[in-house]
Amino acid sequence: MEDMLFYDRLQFAFTITFHYIFPQLTMGLSLMIVYFKWKYLRNNIEKYNNAAKFFMKIFAVNFTMGVVTGIPMEFQFGTNWARFSELTGGIIGQTLAMEGMFSFFLESSFLALFIFGEKLMGQKLHFLTGFLVFLGSWASGWFILATNAWMQHPVGYEILDNGKFVLENFSALFSNPWLLPAFLHNQFASVVTSAFVVASIGAFYVLRNKQVEYGKLFLKTGVIFGLVSSLLVAFPTGDWNAKNVAKFQPAAFAAMEGIFETEHAGAEIVLIGQPNMVEKKLDNKIAVPNILSFLTYQDWNKQIPGMDQFKKEELPDNIPALYYSYHIMVGLGTIFIGVMALAFFFLWRKKLFNLKPLLWIIMFLVPFPYIANLTGWYVAELGRQPYLVYGLLKTSDGISPTVSSGNTLFTLLGFVALYMLLGLLFLVLVGKTINEGPKPKTH
Amino acid sequence: MEIFWFILIAVVLAIFFVLDGYDFGAGIIHLFFAKKEKDKEVITKSAGLFWDSNEVWLVAAGGMLFMAFPTFYASVFSGFYLPLIIVLWLIIFRAIGLEFRGQFKYKMWKDIWDASFGVSSLLLALFFGIALGNIVRGVNLGGVENGVSAYEGHYFFLPLWDSSFSPLSETPGIIDWFTIVIGLISVVTLAIHGANWIILKTNSSINYKLKSVIFKLNIVLALLTLFSIILWQVVNPDSLDNFIDKPYLLVFPVIYFSGLVGLFFIKKIKKDIHGFLLSTLLILGGITSSLASIFPVILPSIHNVHEPLTIYNTSTTEYGLSVASIWAVIGVILIIIYAIIQKRLLAGKIDKMDYGH
Repeated sequence: MEDMLFYDRLQFAFTITFHYIFPQLTMGLSLMIVYFKWKYLRNNIEKYNNAAKFFMKIFAVNFTMGVVTGIPMEFQFGTNWARFSELTGGIIGQTLAMEGMFSFFLESSFLALFIFGEKLMGQKLHFLTGFLVFLGSWASGWFILATNAWMQHPVGYEILDNGKFVLENFSALFSNPWLLPAFLHNQFASVVTSAFVVASIGAFYVLRNKQVEYGKLFLKTGVIFGLVSSLLVAFPTGDWNAKNVAKFQPAAFAAMEGIFETEHAGAEIVLIGQPNMVEKKLDNKIAVPNILSFLTYQDWNKQIPGMDQFKKEELPDNIPALYYSYHIMVGLGTIFIGVMALAFFFLWRKKLFNLKPLLWIIMFLVPFPYIANLTGWYVAELGRQPYLVYGLLKTSDGISPTVSSGNTLFTLLGFVALYMLLGLLFLVLVGKTINEGPKPKTH
Repeated sequence: MEIFWFILIAVVLAIFFVLDGYDFGAGIIHLFFAKKEKDKEVITKSAGLFWDSNEVWLVAAGGMLFMAFPTFYASVFSGFYLPLIIVLWLIIFRAIGLEFRGQFKYKMWKDIWDASFGVSSLLLALFFGIALGNIVRGVNLGGVENGVSAYEGHYFFLPLWDSSFSPLSETPGIIDWFTIVIGLISVVTLAIHGANWIILKTNSSINYKLKSVIFKLNIVLALLTLFSIILWQVVNPDSLDNFIDKPYLLVFPVIYFSGLVGLFFIKKIKKDIHGFLLSTLLILGGITSSLASIFPVILPSIHNVHEPLTIYNTSTTEYGLSVASIWAVIGVILIIIYAIIQKRLLAGKIDKMDYGH
C-alpha cells in the first residue's frame, strides 16, 4: 500500500512537472504575441508582424508538447487515482470538461488559422485569431486553477452517504476565494517565463550580432513585460496567496515558512536555513524578526501558529521539500525583479544593448523562471498534503485500488524514458527555430 | 439526463474516431503503400496539419466522461491501466514522427520518423479496436476468482492477456481471439478511412492505386465483420437482443452496412468527398452499433456475481448533470462555429501548404 501511493505520487509529480514546462510558456507567450500583432496593426512596421509569427511558431511547438503530455494528465486521474476520480469526478469533472470544451477547441482551431490563414483573412482577422488563441490558453489556466482551488479549499459541495462529493452549487466553484488570487499569480508568473524567453532570445541575437534588429525588439519587449509581470507576481498576487494559505491552510503556512515553534510576540521571516526534522528546528538560520507577522496581518506582534500547534497527521508529509520549494520560488522571484529592474534602467538610459555582462545574465537566466513556476506549484501541492481535498480526503485514500505498484513503476520508467527523448527533440526543434530567427527567408 | 450525456459523449467520441481516425489511417497507408519521398511527405502532411486539433476531441470526451460518469471513468481507466498508458506512449511516438519529419533533411532520420508515425498509427488503431472489443465483451468486475471478489464490484484489473487467449475464460485479458478480431476490424476500417482522406486532401501519385486498395480492404472488412458477428454470438449469445427488443436501434447497423456496401463502388465514385463520407459512416455505424447493443449497460460483467456498469449506476447527481448540460450546449455551438470557420479557410488540397514550422 505504501509503495503504491509512493509510485502513484512520483509518477504524477514527474509527468505534471514535465507537462507544465509547456503551458506556462504558451500562456504568457500568447499575450506577448497579441501585443506584437497589435503593434503591427497600429504602426504597420513589418518587424512586429514577423515577431508575432516567429513566436507563434515557438508557441505551436510548445502547444504540441502540451497536448501530448497533457493527455496523460487527464488519463492519470482515472488510471492512478481512480478512487479520487470516483469520489470527486462529479465536481472537478465539471471544470476539467469545461477546459476541454471552452479552451482547447478555441486554442487549437485558431492556432491553425493563425499559422496558415494570414493571407486568406487579412490583418485584422489575423489579429483576432491571435487574440482568440490567447483567450483559449488563459481560459485553460482559469479552469485548471478552478479545479485546483476546489482541492485546496473545497466549496459548493455535498458529501453523500457513500462518501461521494457531489456538486451543490455550480457558481461557487468560480467564486471560490482561493481561485482569483491563485489564477492571477499563476498567469503573471507565466508571463514572467515568456518575458524571459523573449528577452533571452533577444540577448542571444544581440550578443551574436545576427538579426540584431529583432534582438533589440525582443530585449525591449521582454524587459518591459518581465519587469511588470515579476512585480505583479510578488505584489499584490503573491502576497494575496500567502494570506490565503495562512487563513485556509495554517499548517501548510507554518511548514513553508519554516516556523517550528510558535513565537508569542510576532513571527520572524526566515531567509535561509535548513529544516532539521529530528530536532524540529532550522539549522544555520538567518531570519528577520516580526516581519512575517507584519506581511501577513499588517501587525508586527500578531502571533502565527508554528508547526508545534498541529498534530503530526495534519502537517504536510514532506516539510523540507515544501519549505525549499517556497523559498526557491520567493528567492528567484526577488532576483527576477532585481535583474529586470536593472535591465529596464539601462534600457531607459539607452545603454542596455551594449552592456554585455547584463545581456549574458539575461540569456542564461532563462531556465530559472521555469523553476520558479514549478516550485510555486510544488508549494501548492505539497502544502495541501496529506490531503487531496483539503481536510476531507486523504491522498492515500485516492489511489486506484486495483493497480499494483509494479505496474505503476513500469509505466513511470516508461514515461521517464519517453519524456527524456521528447525533451531532447523539443530542444533541438526550438533551437533550430531560434537559430533561423524571425527574419523571413528571401526566396 | 443520463441518456443525454451518454449520447453527447458517444457523439464526441465518434467524432474523435472519425477525425483522428483519418490520420491514424493515413499512418497505416503511409506504412504500407507510400514508397516515393514526395508521397511520404504529403501523406505525413495530411495528418500532421490536423492531428493535434483532432486529439482535442479525445480530451473533451475524457473530460465529459469524468464529469458525467465518474464511477465508470475510475473503473475503466484503472482496470485498463496498461493498455491505456501504452496508448499514451503511442500517441507521443506518433506526434514525434509527425512533428520532426520535416525538420531533418537526411533520409536516415526521415525513415525513423516515418516508422514512428506509421507503426504507432497501426498499433493505436489496433488498440482502440481491442478496447471496443473489451467493452462489448465485458470484464471480470470485482476480480472474481472461484466465487471470491478481490475488489469492490465496480472495480477490476485486466492483464494484457490470459494464457488461454479466450474471451470465455474465467479471467479474460485485454487481448483474446475475440478482441483481436475487433482490433483488426478497426485497423482495416481506419486504413480505408485514411486512404479516402489522402485521396481527398492530396495529389499524391498513389491516389489512383489507393482506390483499388480500398476495394480490396473492403472485401477483407466485410469478411471480418461477418466473422466477428459469429464470434460475438459465441462469446455472448444475447448480444443481439437489444436490437430485437428495440428495432429502432437497427438504424446504427444500417449506417455501418451502407458504408460497407457503398465502398464496393469506390472506383466508380467521382467526388473524393463521397468516399470519405462512406468510410465515415463505417466508423460512426460501427461505434454506435457496438454501444447500442449493450445499452444502457456501458461495461458488461462476465459473471453474475456483480452487476454490470450502466449509465445509471455510474453517473453523478441530477443537479451536476443538468447544470453541465447548459454549458455543454453552449460549448457545442461554439465548437461547430469554429469548425465551420476552420474548414472554410483550410479547405482543399494541402500539398502546397506550408507545414508551419
